[in-house]
Amino acid sequence: MYDKGKIMAGLAAFLVMITLPFWYSAATGKAGVKPDPVLPKTEKKCVESRQYMRDAHMDLLNRWRDAVVREDRHIYVSQDGTRYEMSLNNTCMKCHEERAQFCDKCHTYMGENPFCWDCHLDKKGVKGVL
Amino acid sequence: MDESRRAFLKTAGCAILGAGLAAPITRAVAGAVSADAMPGELTAGRWAIAVNVRKCLEREDCRACIDACHVAHNVPLIKDPLREIKWIWKESFKDTFAAESHPYLEKGLAGKNVLVLCNHCDNPPCVRVCPTKATWKRPDGIVMMDQHRCIGCRYCIVGCPYGSRSFNWQDPRPFITTGIKPEYPTRMKGVVEKCTFCTERLIKGLPPACVEVCNKVAGPGTMTFGDIRDPNSEVARMLKDGFSIRRKPELGTEPQIFYLV
Amino acid sequence: MLEKALHGSRRYWTLIGILSALALVGVLAYLKQLSAGLVITGLSRDVPWGLYIAQFTFLVGVAASAVMVVLPYYLHNYKAFGRLTILGEFLAIGAVTMCMLFIFVDMGQPTRVLNVILYPTPNSLMFWDMMVLLGYLVLNILIAYVTFTSEAKEVHPPSWIKPIIILSIPWAISIHTVTAFLYSGLGARPFWLTAILAPRFLASAFASGPSLLIVFCLILRKYTTFDAGEEAIKKLSQIVTYAMAINIFFVLVELFTALYSDIPEHKHHFEYLFFGLHGHNALVPFMWTSQFLAVTALVLLLFPKIRNNFTYLFVICVGIVAAIWIEKGLGMVVTGFIPSPLGKVTEYSPTLREGLITLGIYAGGFLIITVLYKIAVSVREELEA
Repeated sequence: MYDKGKIMAGLAAFLVMITLPFWYSAATGKAGVKPDPVLPKTEKKCVESRQYMRDAHMDLLNRWRDAVVREDRHIYVSQDGTRYEMSLNNTCMKCHEERAQFCDKCHTYMGENPFCWDCHLDKKGVKGVL
Repeated sequence: MDESRRAFLKTAGCAILGAGLAAPITRAVAGAVSADAMPGELTAGRWAIAVNVRKCLEREDCRACIDACHVAHNVPLIKDPLREIKWIWKESFKDTFAAESHPYLEKGLAGKNVLVLCNHCDNPPCVRVCPTKATWKRPDGIVMMDQHRCIGCRYCIVGCPYGSRSFNWQDPRPFITTGIKPEYPTRMKGVVEKCTFCTERLIKGLPPACVEVCNKVAGPGTMTFGDIRDPNSEVARMLKDGFSIRRKPELGTEPQIFYLV
Repeated sequence: MLEKALHGSRRYWTLIGILSALALVGVLAYLKQLSAGLVITGLSRDVPWGLYIAQFTFLVGVAASAVMVVLPYYLHNYKAFGRLTILGEFLAIGAVTMCMLFIFVDMGQPTRVLNVILYPTPNSLMFWDMMVLLGYLVLNILIAYVTFTSEAKEVHPPSWIKPIIILSIPWAISIHTVTAFLYSGLGARPFWLTAILAPRFLASAFASGPSLLIVFCLILRKYTTFDAGEEAIKKLSQIVTYAMAINIFFVLVELFTALYSDIPEHKHHFEYLFFGLHGHNALVPFMWTSQFLAVTALVLLLFPKIRNNFTYLFVICVGIVAAIWIEKGLGMVVTGFIPSPLGKVTEYSPTLREGLITLGIYAGGFLIITVLYKIAVSVREELEA
């Protein structure tokens, strides 16, 4: 290999930098800030389970969008049999009232900028930070 | 370049392309979409509106339907006529019905304005030209918009012979001066919008906002909304009893807004 | 072979530099359009398509005109076009790329443009336009690559490329026909609702494309060692002459139907173009200039002594490109909207930013053509050495 010394040194530096979050948090004990979405006060049960929502809320919302807008279907039967109106505004936002307190918390943490809010509004009707 | 290095790069390139083309993982929805209607939902074989032009002209300065629609749907008020957005408005009789106008038109109609909006045509040219099916004709006759899919090519605007559609040349939110209604979304810049016969009200058993407020302000009969395929509906009976015309019938678009003159 | 574009004269690098700078200016202007929206253009509710779509329409014609070189050489063995075909194909690649860029910058939601492929809609001409343009680009890249690398290595191209080359001939006709169909099937726009629109597009394409090719050939002849050949250029100029004659005939034929029938909705658009309508006459000077250039060019081309004098031919061809650019690039698209379906006249003029984005795309396209032509020139130099 040409320039073996330089290449090995560069690779080592790269590996150190790319794993920085892991060993830095372990070394200093500061694990970094966790997102803290504010959960609804009264309602404890969401449309689907917490784990499913964490994994797939966007898939659910996309299905709802196509059903409501394109198929004129408005009723969703969740996995446990409960019926809901498929509506971001009337169902989701009824409990998760403020996007800045709920949706934005995790999205901002992850650097996610979904364009829902270009059109959709929460109860305050404010465009928001993103 | 060294042959084996070149071969490696070619293979690597194809591999990345192949991996990229692999279908993205979408999770199946846990529950199921029900085919049931919403309680009280209004349904029809073919929605239509009959506008009684003479009765509407008894209140020449009335803008109740326009204001009700634009407020309910967060339609921005853009003063620049080049970029304005309107779902329903008034246009001169001569420009709306060019074929029925002439220099000696009766004084009851000459120089007067009539209400215009999307005709929800039975043979809509805007639907025919849309490259993404962002606009389509529902089974109940409503020509619907999906602003999530619209790419903003404006072909539908080019195809509409009635000028019913508006494009968002900029972010509309700063122009919504009447107070944003959070229960209805606004639109983003770069998509087309138009009247949708208030589908969000139909599922709650309510007629379109324009019709409801017109009935309140001017009484029944000025704007009538109903199922034109139902021979017992008010709108069907009205059209049987009076002379009605439509805009640009020679184009074969089959508009579903009827004007009783 | 791409490395041949990396070694060039000072003149070559200056050209690359200027074109890159203009392209960068276009990119910066486009970033503004991305953030503010299409409000930065001169488009309006009544005139939703303008400079961008008009440039796309003009350039589709230029792209299609490669067939005027490919057809004689590959289908009829017209050997004189031997060195010309690669120039025609490279021009087509540059032109189609510019077409697609112009469509892209015209979209209100460009990030969603893949929806056209994800949700194919065969009843929409725009869907077909995207498909045939993509296909034509791939075809031309493939054909140019295979035939040119074979030529550079001084071997015969593989036999499987021949049917693909033959396919590119009807495909070239189809790209401009599909583009014409984009316009000519709309009842809402009587100015375009004419069967002759597609033939008009093709005739003007076969006049303007080869004219541009002649201009490029003469520039290459003057500044490089690449000589497409006197016979090839003369034959091209004959093709331009016939195409221009047919094009002007088509314009006159359209004018007759509109003006003699006296039907308002047919007449008004031509009135707007040539005489002004209700006091609005922004396009009138342009249209008369265009017709004057076109007729003068045709008359001059009819004389072999003038047509075969390459100095005169250069000027005439520039005039033809200008004339057809005005006719298609300025006159055709916007006039479809004037007057509007409600009888109103809303004029259109592009804004500065719109012009900069347009200029940037042209610069980008010419950059591609410059690089590709440089490769062609260098390879030919090596072959002749």
